[in-house]
Amino acid sequence: MSKMHVKISVNGSAREGLAEPRSLLIHFLREQLELTGPHIGCDTGHCGACTVDLDGQSVKSCMVFVAQADGHDVTTIEGVGAPGGLHALQEAFKEHHGLQCGFCTPGMITRAWRLLQENPAPTEAEIRMGISGNLCRCTGYQNIVKAIQAAAAQINAAGQQAAE
Amino acid sequence: MIPGPFEYHRPSRLEEAVAILGAHGDDALVLAGGHSLIPMMKLRMAVPEHLVDLQALADLRFIRQAGDMLEIGAMTTQAEVLASDLVAQACPILQEAGALIADPQVRARGTIGGNVANGDPGNDMPAVMLALDARFALAGPDGERELPARGFYQSSYVTARQDAEILTAIRIPLPPMAAGEARGWAYEKQKRKVGDYATAAAAVVLTMSGGTCRSVSIGLTNLAPGPLLAADAATALVGSSLDKAALDEAVAAARAITEPSSDGRGPADYRTHLAGVMLRRAVLRAAQRAS
Repeated sequence: MSKMHVKISVNGSAREGLAEPRSLLIHFLREQLELTGPHIGCDTGHCGACTVDLDGQSVKSCMVFVAQADGHDVTTIEGVGAPGGLHALQEAFKEHHGLQCGFCTPGMITRAWRLLQENPAPTEAEIRMGISGNLCRCTGYQNIVKAIQAAAAQINAAGQQAAE
Repeated sequence: MIPGPFEYHRPSRLEEAVAILGAHGDDALVLAGGHSLIPMMKLRMAVPEHLVDLQALADLRFIRQAGDMLEIGAMTTQAEVLASDLVAQACPILQEAGALIADPQVRARGTIGGNVANGDPGNDMPAVMLALDARFALAGPDGERELPARGFYQSSYVTARQDAEILTAIRIPLPPMAAGEARGWAYEKQKRKVGDYATAAAAVVLTMSGGTCRSVSIGLTNLAPGPLLAADAATALVGSSLDKAALDEAVAAARAITEPSSDGRGPADYRTHLAGVMLRRAVLRAAQRAS
């Protein structure tokens, strides 16, 4: 089957490559663009480890063909923050022990990053529903929820300071 | 898990999409959100040679009210249905059911059209559409036709849609209320965890006046190879005050038409039992909302 030429904006840069239409977005990101932050967990659309942002929405990149993403905007965990310039969510996950093995963490933070843009001051219940598509088998979620709450408070306080 | 190879099409006009489907017969499948189809393709239970992605058909993405009709474009995502003020006001059962579908990421991609059209008995919207007496607009090589939801579902993954047809819109009647009448609605779903299909679920839409049930329709999810319209159960309730005797009769009538499979969600007996529990809860909550 012939390959198609895909162009995707990834973390703000125009990226392109050849891929079979049946390639999944997660494979294109990891194997061709070498963005290995998003993980492949269940490969069935349940676990959320592969969560990335597509046109301003959280999606599971194991459940999107690269062909569908052609011409669209993608943000991965690499675009959320980087060593030396961690996002408030990444700092909060570190501070509040929001990870143990770390496998779910890139997807979890990329989802939380979008959640806090959709709802900057979520209640605990809204956070739990908001991350219900991301499974963690280590933490029991308690510290993940705490970390997201802390990051929301930090982001909102910084926003308020900037406005004053 | 890598799906089989296929040729990808992204038509920009509906006629073009219909033509591609027509040219390839059952070798071509429609791709909407992909959250039912892509898993099936990974399992090689679906091996289309051509995929017709409808993402560029902006005309299929809308929610609007025209008189006594709510119309939703087939490519409208579940997230868009959940966020719509119009749906909240005109047909809130869609949001109650939609919020129980999968999880935020899946609802961001999954479409209401895909949910009603692909014929998966686990999908939640088909039973809701039966209860609402919705109609489905289909575009095909010979133009558009409209089919009632009641009659659309023939068996598991088998619907009245032809291979070369595309579901374009869902039309939901919003009948005006008579004086003194009030409408209630509820979707009750039992599932094992977030993201699961129903072990059993019931959709109820009813009207009440003076404490009496004037009309009711009931849809049941994942209890047979297709969604069920529980007509006898509805008959048992109409004219009653929804007292225990009427509810018992309705529950028995609903249970009688279920034929669930025994699977990881439980043995068939249990799921049939649960169908009655979901129905009873849904009727009582719908009545509460109508008071």
